[in-house]
Amino acid sequence: MMINAKNLVKRYVLGGQTVHALDHVDVQIAEREMVAIRGPSGSGKTTLMNILGCLDRTDEGSYELAGEDVSRMTSDQLAVIRNRRIGFVFQTFNLLPRMSALENVELPLLYAANSGAHKQAKAALELVGLGDRTHHEPNQLSGGQRQRVAIARAIVTDPSILLADEPTGALDTKTGEEILTLFKELNAQGRTIIVVTHDPKVAAHCQREFYLQDGRIAQDDAVFQSAKGSK
Amino acid sequence: MLIWITLKSALKSLIANKLRSILAMLGIIIGVGAVIAMLAIGNGAQKQVLGQITAMGTNLLVVRPGQRGTGGVISGTQQNLTVEDAQSLRDIEGIEAVSPVVGGSAQVKYLATNTRSNVQGVAPTYFKIRSFELDRGRFFSESEAENMGRVAVIGPVTEQTLFAGGDGVGETVKLEGINFLVIGVLKSKGDQGFFNPDDQVLIPYTTAMKNVFGLTFLREIDIQGTDDKALAKIETAVSEILRKRHRQKPDDQDDFQIRNQAEIMEAASTAIMTFTILLGSVAGISLLVGGIGIMNIMLVTVTERTREIGVRKAIGAKNRDILRQFLIESIIMTGLGGSIGALGGVGAAMLVRTLTSFPAMVTMSSVFLALGFSAAVGVFFGFYPAYRAAQLDPIEALRYE
Repeated sequence: MMINAKNLVKRYVLGGQTVHALDHVDVQIAEREMVAIRGPSGSGKTTLMNILGCLDRTDEGSYELAGEDVSRMTSDQLAVIRNRRIGFVFQTFNLLPRMSALENVELPLLYAANSGAHKQAKAALELVGLGDRTHHEPNQLSGGQRQRVAIARAIVTDPSILLADEPTGALDTKTGEEILTLFKELNAQGRTIIVVTHDPKVAAHCQREFYLQDGRIAQDDAVFQSAKGSK
Repeated sequence: MLIWITLKSALKSLIANKLRSILAMLGIIIGVGAVIAMLAIGNGAQKQVLGQITAMGTNLLVVRPGQRGTGGVISGTQQNLTVEDAQSLRDIEGIEAVSPVVGGSAQVKYLATNTRSNVQGVAPTYFKIRSFELDRGRFFSESEAENMGRVAVIGPVTEQTLFAGGDGVGETVKLEGINFLVIGVLKSKGDQGFFNPDDQVLIPYTTAMKNVFGLTFLREIDIQGTDDKALAKIETAVSEILRKRHRQKPDDQDDFQIRNQAEIMEAASTAIMTFTILLGSVAGISLLVGGIGIMNIMLVTVTERTREIGVRKAIGAKNRDILRQFLIESIIMTGLGGSIGALGGVGAAMLVRTLTSFPAMVTMSSVFLALGFSAAVGVFFGFYPAYRAAQLDPIEALRYE
């Protein structure tokens, strides 16, 4: 099991009232799965993504990522986990300005003090089809190309999971489709991918979907999707 | 993260905001430049004043008549120092030389050229005591002094005035109507402001007292000690002898005063040091203000780059990586500003030196002090913004618009 999270709870106090952003949620995701987390805004899907991405900690319950209990780690330990085990892809790409595509992709490796950064970053860019754009800065690239750079940055450390938050939200339909195709290729190569989205069409590209509502999993159609996937 | 890459990216972000970085650095540039220039001026003043005091003579004690008067009302000086007083001091241990000094202003004439100059009657030892050197000719001798020789040694300015560029040695000048043979011309010592040692006529004290001024009392007795440590001892011995000779009762106030060159030097040094510290601290405050400017800009930078900080944290930057990144940026700013300021300060000191005769002097220690202080300012004022950046919550930071 790549992700084994049990009983996740996240509470916020808003105006004297306690709000359950996550209300006892269990998530199990197997290796090589491509999963969608879907739900309307306010459903807790962003909170869930933050916890699964080790940006945040659960108030209760436990979370094992690739066999490692990460629910009680310090913020520095979580930084290492994010660096090695998780690749983030954001809706607005979040590339650093004034740095070339190559430098952006190298960055996670530099935080890991990896000596072969250059080669690995180049390979990652080639994998997303941007081998010829390594020295372009983000503002010289199109939206789709920027998202590809961001994906290269996410996979460069060879993480256990790839976590994408509305990865097509800032792209036109055609480019969005291309990005989703790229995700499916990466998935076919053996990467575990979680896509957070509100869009059923995006979710339809995945093998399985969690539907969140009011901080609970309203529907986990794993059986249906995997049945479809095995056809 | 490798330090070199952090450095490179810090430089890049400073270059991306050129004007802002330069303006923030300006405070440090001015601060460091001011500290260095001010300390250079202080050092120069020290050197100049001590040089003037040393030019007056080495290991010098000057005995002058005491001031007459009671209850703070001073009504002129007493006339009580005699040639015998001066002679009685010769045998004190540690004394190198003694010279009686009389003098005043007198008319000096050469052919049709007429000037008023400072005429001093002295013993031959005076030249050594007051560190005079000859440009040409010779000093007068002991026997010339004792036998009321009519010989004179003149300063270079006096020579210029009287002989208009010609050689004065061997010529005869008239002092108050009496003929004197010029036997020597002094080397220049430079104007000392209150008194110009280059414009004077030195003649034997005997001649001066008897023939020129008609005096029986001395203006001062100049004493040279063997070394500066002996001066305090000599001072006590001189005081004892003079009190005895002047038949003063034990509780009488001294009817003379002794000035000790070592003490004058120390007093001047202390005064200039105070003045240097004052200048330096004013400049130091401007450095501090510069540091606050850096902090201000760094806080703005951190706020502006909140999202970047979030991204960096999401891809695995630890708090200390972020802290280091922003700290390095502020250290680069103060370091660079400090270096430019140091160059500016040295340049300003050199400009003062060339444009005026003031010997502004930059010392290595003041440059290191200013640079060290500016680096410390960078760390100190850079730390808080960097710490704030490091403590940002990655989720909040990523959501920041």
